[in-house]
Amino acid sequence: MGLADAFTLICVVAGAVLFLAGTLGLLRFPDTLSRLHALSKADNLGLGLIVLGLMPQQASLMGGAKLVCIWLLAQLSAATASQLIAGIAARRKPQA
Amino acid sequence: MSLVFDMALVAGLIALALHVVVTRDGRGAILAFMAFGLLLGIGWARLASVDVALTEAAIGGGLTGMLLLRAQAHLVRHAAHPAALPTDRRRWLVPALSCGLVTLALAAVVLAFPRPAPSLAHQAVASLEATGLGNPVTAVLLAYRAIDTLLEKIVLILALVGVWSLSRDAAWGGASQLRPAIIPEPLVFLARVMPPFGVLIAVYQVWVGADLPGGTFQAGTILAAMALLVMLAGLRLAPQTQSRALRLMLAGGPALFVLVGFLGVAVAQGFLSYPEAIAKPLIVGIEAALTLSIAGTLALLVAGPPDRAPEP
Amino acid sequence: MSAIALTSASLFGLCGAALVGIGLFCILTHPDLLRRIIGFNILGAGIFLVFGAVARRGAAMGLSGDPVPQAMVITGIVVAFAATALAIALLRRLASLTGSATLEAATPPRSET
Repeated sequence: MGLADAFTLICVVAGAVLFLAGTLGLLRFPDTLSRLHALSKADNLGLGLIVLGLMPQQASLMGGAKLVCIWLLAQLSAATASQLIAGIAARRKPQA
Repeated sequence: MSLVFDMALVAGLIALALHVVVTRDGRGAILAFMAFGLLLGIGWARLASVDVALTEAAIGGGLTGMLLLRAQAHLVRHAAHPAALPTDRRRWLVPALSCGLVTLALAAVVLAFPRPAPSLAHQAVASLEATGLGNPVTAVLLAYRAIDTLLEKIVLILALVGVWSLSRDAAWGGASQLRPAIIPEPLVFLARVMPPFGVLIAVYQVWVGADLPGGTFQAGTILAAMALLVMLAGLRLAPQTQSRALRLMLAGGPALFVLVGFLGVAVAQGFLSYPEAIAKPLIVGIEAALTLSIAGTLALLVAGPPDRAPEP
Repeated sequence: MSAIALTSASLFGLCGAALVGIGLFCILTHPDLLRRIIGFNILGAGIFLVFGAVARRGAAMGLSGDPVPQAMVITGIVVAFAATALAIALLRRLASLTGSATLEAATPPRSET
């Protein structure tokens, strides 16, 4: 096993652990905002680590660039979705 | 090891499907169905059908989910909503048993598939040279079985005509109301930033679909999603369905397809056969026109029947 | 037929068979019409998965699967979407006209539909 493979293994496993933690948080945390927090951690850092880990496995530079694009687009949509959910949660709170 | 992953995936799919059936929460059922669509996309990737995986994730997980969520919001406002399965045993026992029998019969069929498995892969690869394409799935869709794809386009248009015909008389030819009452700021931001990337990805999908996984349906779905995003954020109003340009765009793809089909009668072996020398440019041209009309049709199918009177 | 080796393809084929049963049950018994439409989609997904198993088994000539069933599934997914959209438009119209998203109240004597 080369150095690149070891790097991939460590990063992807770390990413998977973050996803697991994020999912646990999503299921167990008491209120919307902290659940969102757990989810964003998994989305940003977990996916980021997996993308980083897959980098050395790419045959060409293009493949790596596409992976980074996927990560950036996922970031953009995840951030927007979090904002939207948090906005609704904040509007509902005063009544509850 | 990979079989363990597949088993987990299959267990997740079946659990989500069961949840959709038994849950009392209508919105929860739709969300479970969207998750089901995304998991199914991974399943298709596991079956090494990347073209199908892209289509399933985009349509099954994305567009259908949006359609269902909008319908649910409408029904909650306008109708009494029965939530649960009947509890009376007589009403569900017989259907459950017969559905179980159907599943068992299908499972027996799956386990008794002939071996060696029959396959058209040989024929598909043998004629690939003549089409100039590298992706056999695209070759099947646009060359070997082009008639299926053409008829499917016509089914899409017919479905859209059906949806439009459900509008009130006063709204015929008008536009759908997609814009929500309150538009959150982040959504507007996303609708400003995302579409250029979406259009780029769609163009890439069409172009790369000739040789690698990708193609018109996937690209059309992405374009439709971008159009819906812009309309949902209120940056643009939904188009008037009586607009001539819109109708031209919707009919343009299939019309070009039929035209090229008849061209085949004149200069090649028959309807929908391409002259070998220019097969690839013809196919890519048809794909480009089809992508636009698929995108328009899908977006308008999600938007639903027009509900505002047309403005002259 | 003696020793059935459980491959990934037949596993997804069996999953498809299970989904067909679940979707069919939903269509037959659920009183909520919207849920029946979702059931129709699950049924479709199951049938497509059986096709997927066929395609995967037909791997040959350096391809990872038989492209013909794959193309048919892509066509099928799009047609199923069109049918879903039409069904939902009909359902929304029905709900606007009758104030009910079910067939039960409209036809009390034959509520077994």
